[in-house]
Amino acid sequence: MAKTRDILLDPLSDNNPIAIQVLGICSALAVTVKMETAMVMALALTTVVTFSNLIISVMRKAIPAKIRMIVEMAVIASLVIVADQFLQAYMFEVSRQLSVFVGLIITNCIVMGRAEAFALQNPPGPSFLDGLGNGLGYSAILLIVASIREILGSGTWFGHDVFAFMPESFHYMGNGLALLAPGAFIIIGLIIWAHRTIVGKFETD
Amino acid sequence: MELLNLAVKAIFVENIVLSFFLGMCSFLALSKKVETATGLGIAVVFVLTMTTPLNWLIHHFLLQDGALAWTGVASLARLDLSFLNFICFIAVIASAVQLVEMTLDRFFPALYNALGIFLPLITVNCSILGGSLFMVEREYNLSEATVFGFSAGFGFFLAIVSLSAIRKKLRYSNIPPGLKGLGITFIMTGLMSIGFLCFSGISL
Repeated sequence: MAKTRDILLDPLSDNNPIAIQVLGICSALAVTVKMETAMVMALALTTVVTFSNLIISVMRKAIPAKIRMIVEMAVIASLVIVADQFLQAYMFEVSRQLSVFVGLIITNCIVMGRAEAFALQNPPGPSFLDGLGNGLGYSAILLIVASIREILGSGTWFGHDVFAFMPESFHYMGNGLALLAPGAFIIIGLIIWAHRTIVGKFETD
Repeated sequence: MELLNLAVKAIFVENIVLSFFLGMCSFLALSKKVETATGLGIAVVFVLTMTTPLNWLIHHFLLQDGALAWTGVASLARLDLSFLNFICFIAVIASAVQLVEMTLDRFFPALYNALGIFLPLITVNCSILGGSLFMVEREYNLSEATVFGFSAGFGFFLAIVSLSAIRKKLRYSNIPPGLKGLGITFIMTGLMSIGFLCFSGISL
């Protein structure tokens, strides 16, 4: 049982897709201005990577090695279309704000990377857990970055005023830089620094 | 003039890497050396300039709401296939990359050897698919789409070459161990992005 647990929990911290494996960074930065969008994106990606891992793992013996990339792409793209249609139907406002980034889950390296590295060699059960674990590891970083950016940038969290307890005249002034692109880059750089120092994994250049 | 304005906007003001975070993975992974960064940059310019107008044609004549009206068949004219955008765009990109690779191999072997390994990688570069999706979202026309494709690619080229030049110098600096590699690269990209912020508001 220990192994099954490792498959699920390893990507959460020790082998985090963003901080350690350096995969799927594009969307991690773009959707983290607000908690709401980050949450929806995290859910969408976790669903896509979990099911793409499951489907590819079920089909792994039937996929010829030469065209495996195309097959993987087709599976992933179909899942993303489903996710996108679902968001457009039930959460239209959020889907507007996410704009092209739902579509870009297709080229998110985590999905492709896990399919290549894990699902092609392992049975469906572990692959499902591996996808779920990586999706959650990605979500964790996404939600941390989004929390920092929303609180620093607009003084809110999920749209609620965090600094409401302060007297009116001392009210928090949003730091605009945290909402802009440079804020995202620097915050994620600092998170990676903290994470690697705690976990004890260093890059040798 | 309109097109020039669009180009300046896509290269500097809304740089595809530094303000939309597209193509980050290869941007970080392949910016260790100036030579490889230049190779990847040129390949991205090339493929974006080709695929954006190509996907524009597909979107406008096959997939858009009512796009099949040119066939003259009433039942086809009512179709809205735009939900197929993602899968078609990625297929077009993958095959365009393959075609470009084969053509270069046959007719321009020197260029092919220089770009060689980077071409296949480009299929999964977010900036290529992102270019096509932005083109749909912002409702560009064909010439705008071409100019946008080229200038978004050029913006990527500019960003990755300058980052690789900085990273080369960085090798000699004393960085805390946890920040080495990815961490410091992110912070530097952030500083570059602040630099590019000074272009905001420029329009011709």
